[in-house]
Amino acid sequence: MIVADRKKVPEIRDMIKNHRRVLLVGCGTCVTVCLAGGEREVGILGSALRMALRLEGRGDVRVDECTIERQCEDAFIDILAQRVPEYDAICSLGCGAGVQALAERFPKMPVYPGLNTQFMGILESQGVWTEKCVGCGNCRLGEFVGICPITRCAKHMLNGPCGGSREGKCEVNPDLDCAWQLIYERAGALGVRGRFDEIVSPHDWSTGLDGGPRKVVREDQCIAGLGPKA
Amino acid sequence: MDDEPLILAFCCHYCAYAAADLAGSMRLQYPGNVRVLRLPCTGKLEVNYLLSAFERGVDGVIVAGCLEGGCHFLEGNLRARRRVERARQLLAEIGLEPDRLEMFNLSSAEGTRFAEIVTTMVQRIKRLGNSPLRPERIHVEQGVQEMRRQAEAMLAGEKR
Repeated sequence: MIVADRKKVPEIRDMIKNHRRVLLVGCGTCVTVCLAGGEREVGILGSALRMALRLEGRGDVRVDECTIERQCEDAFIDILAQRVPEYDAICSLGCGAGVQALAERFPKMPVYPGLNTQFMGILESQGVWTEKCVGCGNCRLGEFVGICPITRCAKHMLNGPCGGSREGKCEVNPDLDCAWQLIYERAGALGVRGRFDEIVSPHDWSTGLDGGPRKVVREDQCIAGLGPKA
Repeated sequence: MDDEPLILAFCCHYCAYAAADLAGSMRLQYPGNVRVLRLPCTGKLEVNYLLSAFERGVDGVIVAGCLEGGCHFLEGNLRARRRVERARQLLAEIGLEPDRLEMFNLSSAEGTRFAEIVTTMVQRIKRLGNSPLRPERIHVEQGVQEMRRQAEAMLAGEKR
């Protein structure tokens, strides 16, 4: 899932300083699961923001709340369309994709981010999320026994470990597991450690973000005549 | 009377609520600034309940749960303590003094301690002054009453 965390209340209060009617929009998908932007967090931020504005002498600013199922899909934004003209700004508690989906859908409406989107990751333990994927567009997890060195090695090394691996921990941060230690241990358990006797080929970064935003097109799913969006 | 602070106490049914009851039975004297809201366990507490109380203009909030290790639901009071800490961080961001909110632990036999907790918090809030968010006192009382009504309805198993 996409993991995010909330911005501080004063930052959001200052972002909306030129507006008088603000709609906080939560998202019921990833950011609900990572406890950053679901219905409950929207309620907390709404309450906090109203109080912060009142303390600043801007108690007349209206801050309302709503949460939609999924901000990153236009069909789910339909629900908002009727309400939005009542406001002069939106603060989205979705991930960066959600914020931009709202901005595209409502071209005349300022849209502000209420969260800092962090990464694609998993729940490690209650209240702790860890990054697992950078979305490089060319997955090689099969070669690395299901542990991604591009994401989890601080140096993104494909032929690790480096000399900074210390008793299973990374020299960058002693709390960080050395990805290559994990890869070797798992490869040993699977009986395939021998594959790392060979040098692994360099990564093809042409599928990465450096060429600008990427797009996935499934022609068979595109509506006839409309084709993929330009 | 209108200037007197108003404090909302979120009390666990199994300890602080019974302790408040006991304080009454013991005829203990404590300031009449507190309004008690009964929870099935402080683990039921959410950060937005706390913020909602401050938004309605209460001057201080007490969260009173069982002694650590003594929660009827094992660890509800430990969860509540972490939520109270998060709410205190939010209060600081908002610009309200975090000391307006505190969690206490006590057992159902500690009527005297309940009275002490209320006295301590009332003194502290008087030192801090009333909440800058406070509307007319009658409106704060109405807001608190509404929160208590909602809490009792939840306890009775009604849908919100």
